[in-house]
Amino acid sequence: MTVVNATSIDEVVDALRRLPQARLLQGGTDVMVEINLNRAGAGDVIALRQVSELRRWYVDEESRTLHLGAGVPYAELERSPLCNLLPALAEAARTVGSPQIRAAGSLGGNLGTCSPAGDGLPVLSAYDAMVHLRNADGSRQMSIHDFMVGVKRNASAADELITGISMQLTRGFQGYAKVGTRNAMVISVASACLVHDSERGSIRVAFGAVAPTIVRARNAEAWLAENVELVGAIDVSGRLAREFGERAATECTPIDDHRSTAAYRRHAVSVLAERLLLRAATPNTTGNRAS
Amino acid sequence: MTPSSSPTSTRSDVNGVVSSRGVLGVSALRPDGIPKVQGRFAFSSDAWADNMLWGATLRSPHPHAKIRSIDVSRALAINGVSAVITADDVPGQLTYGLITSDQPVFARDVVRYAGEPVAAVAADHPETARRALDAIRVEYEVLAPLVDAEAAIAGSHPTIHPDGNVIRRQRVVRGDQTFIGDVVVEGTYEIGMQDQAFLGLEAALALPDDDNGGVELFVATQWLHEDQKQIAACLNLPLDKVRLTLGGVGGAFGGREDISLQVHCCLLALKTGRPIKMQYGREESFFGHIHRHPARIFMRHHADRDGTLRRVEARVVLDGGAYASTSSAVLINAVTHMQGPYKCDIATVDGYAVRSNNPPCGAMRGFGVVQACFAHESQMDKLAVACGMDPVDIRLKNAMRTGDKLITGQTMDSVAPVERCIRETAALPLPPLLPEEPDVLQLPGGSGLTARRSNVKRGVGWGVSIKNLMYSEGFDDYATARCRLSNGIVTLQFATAEVGQGFVVLAQQIARSVLGVDTVLLEPISTAIGSAGSTSASRQTWMSGGAVDGACRVVRERLFEHVAQRHGLDPLRLVIEGTDVVDSMGSLRFSVAEASRDLVFDETFEHHHRATEELDENGQGNCHVAFAFVAHRAVVDVDVDLGLVKVVQVATAQDVGRVLNPLAALGQVEGGIAQGLGLAVMEEIVLVDGKMRNPSFTDYLLPTALDAPDVLVSMIEEPEPQAPLGAKGIGEPPCISVTPAIVAAIRDATGKDLSRVPVRPQDIVFG
Repeated sequence: MTVVNATSIDEVVDALRRLPQARLLQGGTDVMVEINLNRAGAGDVIALRQVSELRRWYVDEESRTLHLGAGVPYAELERSPLCNLLPALAEAARTVGSPQIRAAGSLGGNLGTCSPAGDGLPVLSAYDAMVHLRNADGSRQMSIHDFMVGVKRNASAADELITGISMQLTRGFQGYAKVGTRNAMVISVASACLVHDSERGSIRVAFGAVAPTIVRARNAEAWLAENVELVGAIDVSGRLAREFGERAATECTPIDDHRSTAAYRRHAVSVLAERLLLRAATPNTTGNRAS
Repeated sequence: MTPSSSPTSTRSDVNGVVSSRGVLGVSALRPDGIPKVQGRFAFSSDAWADNMLWGATLRSPHPHAKIRSIDVSRALAINGVSAVITADDVPGQLTYGLITSDQPVFARDVVRYAGEPVAAVAADHPETARRALDAIRVEYEVLAPLVDAEAAIAGSHPTIHPDGNVIRRQRVVRGDQTFIGDVVVEGTYEIGMQDQAFLGLEAALALPDDDNGGVELFVATQWLHEDQKQIAACLNLPLDKVRLTLGGVGGAFGGREDISLQVHCCLLALKTGRPIKMQYGREESFFGHIHRHPARIFMRHHADRDGTLRRVEARVVLDGGAYASTSSAVLINAVTHMQGPYKCDIATVDGYAVRSNNPPCGAMRGFGVVQACFAHESQMDKLAVACGMDPVDIRLKNAMRTGDKLITGQTMDSVAPVERCIRETAALPLPPLLPEEPDVLQLPGGSGLTARRSNVKRGVGWGVSIKNLMYSEGFDDYATARCRLSNGIVTLQFATAEVGQGFVVLAQQIARSVLGVDTVLLEPISTAIGSAGSTSASRQTWMSGGAVDGACRVVRERLFEHVAQRHGLDPLRLVIEGTDVVDSMGSLRFSVAEASRDLVFDETFEHHHRATEELDENGQGNCHVAFAFVAHRAVVDVDVDLGLVKVVQVATAQDVGRVLNPLAALGQVEGGIAQGLGLAVMEEIVLVDGKMRNPSFTDYLLPTALDAPDVLVSMIEEPEPQAPLGAKGIGEPPCISVTPAIVAAIRDATGKDLSRVPVRPQDIVFG
């Protein structure tokens, strides 16, 4: 067993070239659980905790693009200033585990594990985020939609490190909601993120835990664009919001498991999409507006 | 555990009353409290010995299978592995059990539940032990599991155990069996399998004797002497060669009544001649202890038009899982409590505890009454609707009183303030309405931010319960305590398992009150003294409290005799005032420390409760010792469209006899309410074909701080004449009727006919 205590991304990708089977350890909130449950042996480990590059973020003002290091902990996403840039991501981050978990865990882990119940992933999907990858030969980026391949499977190569994500910031409402059977510290039964881009006139909605990967309800989005003027403030009726939710839910393929049923999950995302759309259409409420 | 003393500096109790001494009636601080908060308390899993080995258990992955062969040779060949043991290595009795000895130490020919132990290893490191388990080859022939309790009753499945598929059937039949009420309501209710989910996991350290072939075990358990008896039988050793000392226990709730790793740990120690440490992780803990019985209960209530309850009919089916554990006692608790805390003259109850290839079930806080109460309280609400009455009024109308006859024919001779419990609960204030702009974290869905105020409906519901105290049906579950007074310092010895309930501080309070001392030392809790019975059945305050009180009183008598003799007085004139011995008819006064200087008074006392009887075939007999009562009113907010629940407030008035430690009593009430809330809305072991799907705290959900409601408490203090300290047990009642109260509140908010706990979001949405 080799443990590499990397201090730079270059060191990480060099180590990954030598040890392609190594586990990457950032917050450890997934890896340690697997080791404790004997589902993963104690093999080679590349520790990322001291790679400060992975915990940086900045906004490219010209393109209004946020670059977020893969190791920025959820606790930082919850707080100002990031929570003002991406309120939906802050809301998603708040639903992750306990304060201790949020201090350790990060989106890099969500992406690496690629569970359909990953709390941050619907936000990245609704934002059409780009995932930045690097190996010893160089770097590449890939759409989040191409990155997520299946249940706990992603498109990165064995020698690649997820270095971060980038998202073009929007103006307009954005919100996240997650259903669990407990009021905090719970794995998602169903989750939804809705982003209104009021400048370009689109509404994007993504669902978690209702299919093998995150679902973008593109047909419902297109139907909404046909029926509602989406540039600037939007005006939707309760009936239209309900239909939007129902249409969006048909784009999911949920399953029955020990956490819930397929029928409930489909119903839940329908309700969440409806409510998020109504929140987007109702200014001066507790809804979020990105600044 | 090291003997510890508690300083008696001035501190404020829960009501703000300042007390200078930690006597009965004040919130004396428990000796283990500060170490626990500071992380310095040694739990059983912290035990350590030089040269020790680590034990680990191989468990069956199948709920039902024949074992064709077990090959341990590859495991034994691993460097660092000292022993591998199977059923062939058990020198004594091959089985154990609390009531019936039917559960194998290791499965030999057949496994009857997924998780049943098949072998155990001892190795130099936990990782070596894990690899050794992987290297054991067990060849199974998988059999069809029996997972349907009705099939067990019908006899439609082959017998899965030599003792048969029905563990016990018990009827309770009383009064005119042809009676039909003016108003009849019925329903079928289901209760899911709840886990005790104690936080301190199973752990033990076994030390083999150097020469005489015995073993000493440090273990987290609920009843040292019962463990000792069962372990010694399996080891084929006399009792005195199996000595137990209580390790630090982090909660129990019934889940430590049965043997888990005790025999395995001792066997490995005796086989290797080295200390063995065993501890379960959270996942293994779900397989390593018994759970609350899942139940299906049909009930029919008959009443007069004015709401007077006349007859209860019930059919109770408890799934006991693969082995008997305490199923037969849980069953009699369920069937004898089906009337609830209400007067009712006619009963037709039929109950079964059956065997299946599900995980074994046994004791959990409430012990059969939790299941009964969910059914009878759901029925009382139905009856209220049918009679056009308020849920509170129908309960008040039927409230049981001292002197009433129970459906078993036993006369209720405990203090029975049922009406007062209901009235005092109703008098506690309701929570304010949701504000226009509520804190969204406080809405149903919590941090998931699913709801806004407009999505939420509020509901109110009621539950009232009766719970027996102590063991029943002829069992003499006595308790022993020893008190030694010398130089003004008392040393107490007892085998009462301190599992978190706070007996260690209560014992000190008793000694301070009876003997007028400040310093009370506690000997290690071990089998070096006689049995204290189990820390369960809400019994230790009454039983071990009675024993400590008795021992202290005998010592006080000896002290008074000594003082009286020395001063030529009648000992009956002497009393304890504060920390002094005082002549009540004269001027003599000196401190207890002075009176006991250079003397030793040392007395042992056994407390026995009154005798009880077994039930006859019609369920008639004085089978219970005593009873306690409680009422709960729950207020919930429900997001009806998503089926999510936030329990806003629980108000409760509990019949406690007498409050001996206000802070400890409040802790029991609040904790019990959280546990009952868990059963109401989230806690369930999900089984599919006998296999557990959620053996982890990721998916077995316990209430968090955001789920816990505000709790308003009224303690009803009517001292119980039968109880040595006037105090009833308070551990179980808090968790019993809170569950039906919460479900009733959800019904009130949603209009849905919910008949199953836990209530799942889909039950509300599609119900």
